[in-house]
Amino acid sequence: MSHFRIDIRQRAEEVLALYPRPRSAMLPLLHLAQEQDGYVTDEGIAEVAELTSTTPADVRGTALFYDMFHLEPVGRYVVGVCTNIACLLAGGDELLEHASATLGCSVGATSDDGLFTLEETECLADCNFAPCVQINHRYVRTTTPDAFDAVVAGLRAGTLDHDVPPHGTLIRVRRAGGLRASRADVAAERSAAVAARDARTPKETK
Amino acid sequence: MATMTAPPIVLSRLEFADSHTLSRYLATGGYEGLRKALTMFPEAVASEVDQASLLGRGGAGFPAGRKWSMLRKAPVSYLVVNGDESEPATFKDHLLLERDPHQLVEGVIIAAYALQVSAVFIFVRGEFALGLERVQQAVNDAYELGALGNKVFGSDFSVDVVVHPGAGAYICGEETALIEALEGKRGFPRIKPPFFPAVAGLYGEPTVVNNVETMSNLPWIVNHGGAAFAALGGGRSTGTRLFALAGRVNNPGVFEIEMVKNTFRDLIYDPQLGGGVIDDKRIKAIIPGGVSAPWFGPDQLDLPLGQDEVAEQGSMLGSGSIVVMDETTCVVRAAWRITKFFSRESCGQCTPCREGSGWIERAMYRIEHGGGRLEDIDLLLDLCDNIAPGLTWPPQQTTICVLGPSIPSSVHSAIQMFRDDFVEHVTKGGCPHD
Repeated sequence: MSHFRIDIRQRAEEVLALYPRPRSAMLPLLHLAQEQDGYVTDEGIAEVAELTSTTPADVRGTALFYDMFHLEPVGRYVVGVCTNIACLLAGGDELLEHASATLGCSVGATSDDGLFTLEETECLADCNFAPCVQINHRYVRTTTPDAFDAVVAGLRAGTLDHDVPPHGTLIRVRRAGGLRASRADVAAERSAAVAARDARTPKETK
Repeated sequence: MATMTAPPIVLSRLEFADSHTLSRYLATGGYEGLRKALTMFPEAVASEVDQASLLGRGGAGFPAGRKWSMLRKAPVSYLVVNGDESEPATFKDHLLLERDPHQLVEGVIIAAYALQVSAVFIFVRGEFALGLERVQQAVNDAYELGALGNKVFGSDFSVDVVVHPGAGAYICGEETALIEALEGKRGFPRIKPPFFPAVAGLYGEPTVVNNVETMSNLPWIVNHGGAAFAALGGGRSTGTRLFALAGRVNNPGVFEIEMVKNTFRDLIYDPQLGGGVIDDKRIKAIIPGGVSAPWFGPDQLDLPLGQDEVAEQGSMLGSGSIVVMDETTCVVRAAWRITKFFSRESCGQCTPCREGSGWIERAMYRIEHGGGRLEDIDLLLDLCDNIAPGLTWPPQQTTICVLGPSIPSSVHSAIQMFRDDFVEHVTKGGCPHD
């Protein structure tokens, strides 16, 4: 029995088909597991292990290396406030403190209603809108406490559902089709190209 | 002030709100570079890039043409595009991924053709949700258009491009760590030698890893010729380059300017660019090329924005990010935060980096927060010296990758330039800026 829903399982198999070796699909598959469950569950890990021909321990050990994979439940919205150098110079620490008060949870924790998890992040590469805030890895560009509160109110009211999908949903644009360069064609093209190149350039003599 | 005669090369479409769409791309000369490249011999395309003398825009500044020429003539090889931009205060690739993904995709196909590679992976930083969607859409569009897949535009060249999401790890910007991540493993940099993935890369096969901005330059270079690109800039630093300006400036942002022809002062003070320092404060220090780079003082602002020019002064242009710190900035706090970043992002393989970054971070923390001791200042220098012996630039390396020797840069710079600030923190028992 697959833990993945039918649609997620189908997408997982599409992803697998894009790589020469199944293990290469590890990160995209973990993102899919997180999309289905909101975080990376034991069942999700087991399924990724099966799909990548690895073991659950191996998948867990890999997932733990990466900041974006949460192996414990998190809120529907993971709020990241950057305090790295550019944001530090623009009041990132102060905004993080404000976010903690607004959301009612400390850094690293989840609010009592399970809606928000607050994180202090490293540079999010949007430094012209410092201090930088991402919610579920979507830039919200709320550089002031008031703007931050307005976005939080919008999330609570459900008016920002399109801009900020639930935690785990990362890429909403699905790849259209699998690999299309046929292996036979590629092999023939390469050998023809090499032969043509060798004919153009005189052979080096050693 | 600044000499801004050069046309924009990679940011030419930014004036359009729909710069990321295929229709806008095609209406502004999109895919003409690829069509032209397909009429040329692959090695002729590579030769144009070589002639352009395009230095890699990722951070190390290695000539792209030379990187390509190292690709062994093997039956299997890969092209991997590094879009894992995570160096603090660097946000130029982010812009290119979101606002002109087709330009990137076209550049990638041109590179694949020149290298005769049929399998390409575009590795995009996981936190760039919108960027991932835009690049995936551009790839979908390119297949639809016939620019990707079997027999590109009816030629005898077939290629597939896969968009691969990262998952949050600075170290994956290091090309061998990126390859490990692409193999589905932890992002541990590989032991060198071999120094170049062109020798042993993805699955041990020859692989070229190029940065997003590097790739985004290729359509223009093919359209206008390598010589036209090389005519811009000066010395080894040819063409234009994206500079990400952040910190205490009125107008932070990404600016495309001709290399060497402009100085740090131009970039920071030109009204069309940085627009000067907030509240007209005096500059205390700048970071010239990402937080791995040693700092510059206000006396070095007239240095040209060129790779060798900056290197000669003991730092680097690196990732093209420039951070301005003014007289209101606590340099101890700034250096502490940068060290905290490295401590968090160290992959943990090598002792000097893993232990050293944490030790330095703790010592910096206590100085900034009132628990510092005078002897901590020399202790910090000693710790730095243990990670990068001699504290030279470029640094000596005791670790597998360059994350380790990047740690001392900011702490060493801050102590060298502002030792009195450290002493004041210690004697006052806390941060004078609090």
